[in-house]
Amino acid sequence: MIAYLIRRILYAIPILIGVNLLTFALFFVVNTPDDMARMQLGIKRVTPEAIAKWKEQHGYDKPLLFSAKAVGSGKLTDTIFFEKSASMFVLDFGYSDDGRNISREIQTRMMPSLAIALPTFFVGLLIYITFALLMTLFRATALDIAGVALCVVLMSVSGLFYIIGGQFMVSKLWHWVPISGYAGGLDSIKFVVLPVIIGVAGGVGSSSRWYRTIFLEEIGKDYVRTARAKGVSELRVLFRHVLKNAMIPILTGVVVVIPLLFMGSLLTESFFGIPGLGSYTIDAINAQDFGVVRAMVFLGSVLYIAGLILTDVSYTVVDPRVRLQ
Amino acid sequence: MMPVILWTDALIFLLIAVGVVSVWWIRRRPHLMLPWQRVAKSRVGMVSLLVLSLFIIVGVLDTLHYRAALPEKNNGQTVYSPEVLSVFDVLAGGLRSRTEKTYSAPLAAYLYAKESLETTDGKVMRNYPRLKFGGAHLADPERELVGDVVKRGVVGALGGLLVGGLFAWLVGWVRRSLPKRDDSGQLCPPYTLRALLITALVIAAFVGTVANLASVYHVLGTDKVGQDVLYLSLKSIRTGLVIGTVTTLVMLPFALLLGVAAGYFRGWVDDVIQYIYTVLSSIPSVLLIAAAVLMMQVVIEKHADWFETAAARADVRLLCLCLILGVTSWTGLCRLLRGETLKLREMEYIQAAQAFGVSSFRVLTRHILPNVMHIVLISVVMDFSALVLAEAVLSYVGVGVDPTTISFGTMINAARLEMGRDPMVWWALASAFGFMLVLVLAANLFADAVRDAFDPRLNRTESAT
Repeated sequence: MIAYLIRRILYAIPILIGVNLLTFALFFVVNTPDDMARMQLGIKRVTPEAIAKWKEQHGYDKPLLFSAKAVGSGKLTDTIFFEKSASMFVLDFGYSDDGRNISREIQTRMMPSLAIALPTFFVGLLIYITFALLMTLFRATALDIAGVALCVVLMSVSGLFYIIGGQFMVSKLWHWVPISGYAGGLDSIKFVVLPVIIGVAGGVGSSSRWYRTIFLEEIGKDYVRTARAKGVSELRVLFRHVLKNAMIPILTGVVVVIPLLFMGSLLTESFFGIPGLGSYTIDAINAQDFGVVRAMVFLGSVLYIAGLILTDVSYTVVDPRVRLQ
Repeated sequence: MMPVILWTDALIFLLIAVGVVSVWWIRRRPHLMLPWQRVAKSRVGMVSLLVLSLFIIVGVLDTLHYRAALPEKNNGQTVYSPEVLSVFDVLAGGLRSRTEKTYSAPLAAYLYAKESLETTDGKVMRNYPRLKFGGAHLADPERELVGDVVKRGVVGALGGLLVGGLFAWLVGWVRRSLPKRDDSGQLCPPYTLRALLITALVIAAFVGTVANLASVYHVLGTDKVGQDVLYLSLKSIRTGLVIGTVTTLVMLPFALLLGVAAGYFRGWVDDVIQYIYTVLSSIPSVLLIAAAVLMMQVVIEKHADWFETAAARADVRLLCLCLILGVTSWTGLCRLLRGETLKLREMEYIQAAQAFGVSSFRVLTRHILPNVMHIVLISVVMDFSALVLAEAVLSYVGVGVDPTTISFGTMINAARLEMGRDPMVWWALASAFGFMLVLVLAANLFADAVRDAFDPRLNRTESAT
């Protein structure tokens, strides 16, 4: 298993290099360092000297990908691409265009993001699986059909509607919780409640229906019939047998997401004014801050790959037959 | 009049052509017809298809673009208006041109905001002014409005029912005069047909009511600059359909080619393709889309001279959005196809073909491709509704369609700031969400019917007829 993990982690390196190359190409194909300097300096102060100085200060005065002038391995290392991306592998993201340390920014913004994402994830998972199990218990009755119909309607509603509608109903009509904003510590609870409820409500339709399909597939199998023939009660069949055996397909979809929770949700955070990583990303995109976007893309990819590895590990936990080699 | 074919128009025509050819192709092959007959037997599936086809008709009418000739001539040459219109705009007629000053509620006769008005005896009063078009035929709206709305609504509904009834009678007459076949050979069994006709009648009555009211009122109110919200919602349909279908059209070749190649050839081909899609899918898709859209905006701004009209520019942006969404969304399908091909290539009939010396290309096109098409079809219809919903979110975040393009996303974006007003301006938001809900719900239900009919994991005991 250790050997397997090491191989997977080594395999992640070329993928991360590819991710970096892609974002790099995306930004610099249309946006030359000169353009970036002009945008940062503003229209008034643009002189060739000022641009050259800005580029030197920010390390953009080198060739993009390949340095013909340098010697030996310097041909590849003495470039903007290498200088800007090599340090990311040790999680040093450098500075954003407004001069702040990106790594520190990420650390401080991680907490609010997690405060929203973690409860949404766990409460959501609990509710979706309970709902799906209930539908499975009452399968092929009017209750089940009504449940599925409700799911289809819920998943056809735009996610924006949950946010706008929920924000309006709860905060304006009933004055329960503030519409947006964030505070540290225990005060954060009243800011977190609404986004979490809306986040959970937004996923009920598709997730519950998906889990129901998994459970139904499992319930048609032979071991379930055997259990029933031995007189095991239906509830016990569902919780002891079906739920356990449905873990593999459930984990496949769920574990990948766990590391990505750090990234926060772009939409929820920008709507509710939460100073998390999601809104950080949106701001960076709007300001065309290459440093921050690249850092977030890199972080996202690292977390995604970590999620894939975690998924494999989690299989061994729920299913003793799975061995990683 | 000069017909204009924008890029997305061309792709939609291509899509329609592909659709017509495949219908012709499938109709001649009983084994391909079989799953579609199962779809036709599903009541929910067929009713949602009927609703979807209404949306598609509006979208296609809105795709036939032209530029009107202006009355004046320049050196004997006809000058064309810079405004690109569509056949739908002509059919909508007054809906497009009857704009008010600003907001007005659905079916209102008065404006939303107060203005200084001069009364008959010369005094100036602040009151709600009458609308220029909405309910302009009424002498005293406060007394007559409700009665008039009800009267017109009922007349419209009856008219719609009459047309729908005539149509239903025609369908019944055609069916009776056709030679009788055994029940299993019929495309549409009687109970499905009955459900379809009832839905058609309901829709006809509904459309009749709305159309009759829309001729003198703003049925869904007006927006900030006084445009009719019903018109905006109907125009948004095309944008939604383009995003949902053209994206699939551009990503399908990639996913199909790479997925099947990776599964069939294995070895280094598989490694390279797996590497590409792991890289692409490991970037959070919203980030990738946002970065790509921003870059595209920079290019379009730098080359403003590429585009003759504003519509052409907005259209290229829409197309680019489809391309970008396609690039980020093909990986899932590619992975599915690779897995299925890996399974298929070990089958006896493929090995037999290989043993007979059939070329790889022929094995792929004759044996593998037809056997993975059900996966492609299912994922295409499933993706459609997700893409329509994604458009609204992306336009809201600011990385979606051009702000001048009418779409559900831009409508929601414009309307959401008005929620804080008192009294609340809810109608634009409600219409955008309502139209989107109907479209996506119909698409979801139809997708379910298609999946149930095509999924080979469901055991069925029926034979091709």
